[in-house]
Amino acid sequence: MPPGAAGRTTTWLIAGCVVLAVAAYLSLAIGVIPIPVHEMFSPDERQWLLLRTTRLPRMIAILLSGAALAVAGLIMQRITQNSFVSPSTSGTVEAAVLGVLIATLALPGLSLLAKMGFAIVVSIAGTAGFLTILQHIRYSDPIVVALVGIMYGGVLSAITVFIAYQRDLLQLLEIWTTGSFSAVLAGQYEPLYLVLAVGIIGYLFADRFTVVGMGKEFATGLGVSYDVILRVGLIVVSVMAAVVVVVVGVIPFLGLIVPNVVSMFFGDHVRRTLPITALAGAGFVLVCDVVGRIIRFPYEIPVATIAGVIGAVVFIWLILRASRRPGATR
Amino acid sequence: MGRVRHTVLGLGVAVALAMLAYLVIDVEASWSYALDLRSRQLAALVVVGAAIGASSLVFQTIAGSRILTPGVMGFDALYVFIQTVIVFTLGPTALQLMGIPERFLLNTGLLALFGLILFRWLFRAHSRNLFVLVLVGIVIGALFSSLATLASRMLSPDDYLTLQTVLFASFNTVNLQLLLVTAAVTSVGLVALVPMLRSLDVVDLGRDAALGLGLDYHRAVTRALLLVTLLVATATALVGPMLFLGLLVANLTRQVVPTHRHTILVPAAAAVGVICTVGGQLIVTHVFALNTTLSVIVNLVGGLYFLLLLLKAVRL
Repeated sequence: MPPGAAGRTTTWLIAGCVVLAVAAYLSLAIGVIPIPVHEMFSPDERQWLLLRTTRLPRMIAILLSGAALAVAGLIMQRITQNSFVSPSTSGTVEAAVLGVLIATLALPGLSLLAKMGFAIVVSIAGTAGFLTILQHIRYSDPIVVALVGIMYGGVLSAITVFIAYQRDLLQLLEIWTTGSFSAVLAGQYEPLYLVLAVGIIGYLFADRFTVVGMGKEFATGLGVSYDVILRVGLIVVSVMAAVVVVVVGVIPFLGLIVPNVVSMFFGDHVRRTLPITALAGAGFVLVCDVVGRIIRFPYEIPVATIAGVIGAVVFIWLILRASRRPGATR
Repeated sequence: MGRVRHTVLGLGVAVALAMLAYLVIDVEASWSYALDLRSRQLAALVVVGAAIGASSLVFQTIAGSRILTPGVMGFDALYVFIQTVIVFTLGPTALQLMGIPERFLLNTGLLALFGLILFRWLFRAHSRNLFVLVLVGIVIGALFSSLATLASRMLSPDDYLTLQTVLFASFNTVNLQLLLVTAAVTSVGLVALVPMLRSLDVVDLGRDAALGLGLDYHRAVTRALLLVTLLVATATALVGPMLFLGLLVANLTRQVVPTHRHTILVPAAAAVGVICTVGGQLIVTHVFALNTTLSVIVNLVGGLYFLLLLLKAVRL
């Protein structure tokens, strides 16, 4: 680390936390019934009801899903040693959507939790399929891998659309899958807390994911059980992505761009960057959600749309940056 | 040469058979009604198949790659985006007051303009790495569809409804006037391609070789790209987005017709395009009993095919 870098890192960290705090306040405060700053800490009964049933659950849901998707992306990037792998560029998310659809059609009376379980299983299978394809590609160029991953996800979505069209579920499918927090209420978003538990497991295994990313022989040489850790990573990532898909919907590109941008500022040490990545992911979604609530007030624009626009622009920038770097094709 | 001639002849017969089958299979009620409706649908299918087939093959040649087609490069999403922006800026009443030819001209003109800018930028900035080009194209497609969603969310529900009907015209309900305009423009575009076909053989050799052989490469590519954009824009304006159709048709053509001469390849691609759209719609109607749509099938099969092409290219 060059001299002065630590100081700059701290500055960025503080700036990020300030942005997060302001966005968190806005997320609680704005709406048809605004809550001013001085009343936020001593709300009257009506305001407290509002906060308790919708605004707080919404903010918690946003923070949890943003953090989960970003961390899932980070873990995938470590395991594959590839900066353009993420839940939305490897079929993980698309498989989860397919899982929800199949569960809904085959077993209509299923509870949300059971559906979620089904989505997780299908999502694990989908991601494992992608990892198998990856092993057969000689290139490890991030751009090629991202391309293959996006097309793989595209095929899974095409299957989903094919089934949904036949059952006349296309419109419903779009409503489900468009990531949005407008329907989050107390008593309904709580399954999202699952990502917290899984995230802690991910944190504990963080260093071993990096080792596994170095290859099977290297990992075994260091005494790390390659297959076991790979499976742990696969499950952690799929659970996070699938839970967010079932409760909130799809938020495109988040898992890809946030870990990449964070590693630009804070380096590649996973144990150190994992918490920062989680915070950054949460902050990104929070800001997108606040923006979506402001620009067409009092109506809302789904967070997926705002994140889709910003995410795509940042992704294009990352692609161009990676392609200009000498020796981009390893 | 004999084999190529036989294949071309076979394609011609297949086109005729598919068209005939489309008109006469399973007519149950009045023949005059069925023929009237079906010939209109058939005409739309033929226009779209020929336009997409020919233009995608030419696009592949210009791009120097088998996995690049306008659809893959984000063109369809651009179409949806432009439609939304038109409704957003002009308002739905202005759009409805406009006659069909004027609306078509506005649509196609804007689409062709922006498409040309997009393609030129993509080709110029990243001519070195094919995969970068495709990935940027795909992500730009995602960006446009997010922007379109954003713009459509800013519309009032009434305006949104107008947009939906403008966007998703389908083969089953083809407007006669629009069909005529599209057919005319497509024919002009296809005919204008004919004098360029020979220079495309040279373009196929690559930029340096083409320049060495004395071809004004820049001019040839720009003119061909302009026509390609026009053809795709027209087809898209008639029936809406069909993402992977061009990819399927162009690659199928190159497999079936073993030649590098564009005077044969491009007409063959138009024929294969017609076989795919007409044959595909036949399958959708009679096998799936209209339980699915042509674009859903094309996306499924085409997406899978694209993935396989990509893996084949990457494994080398």
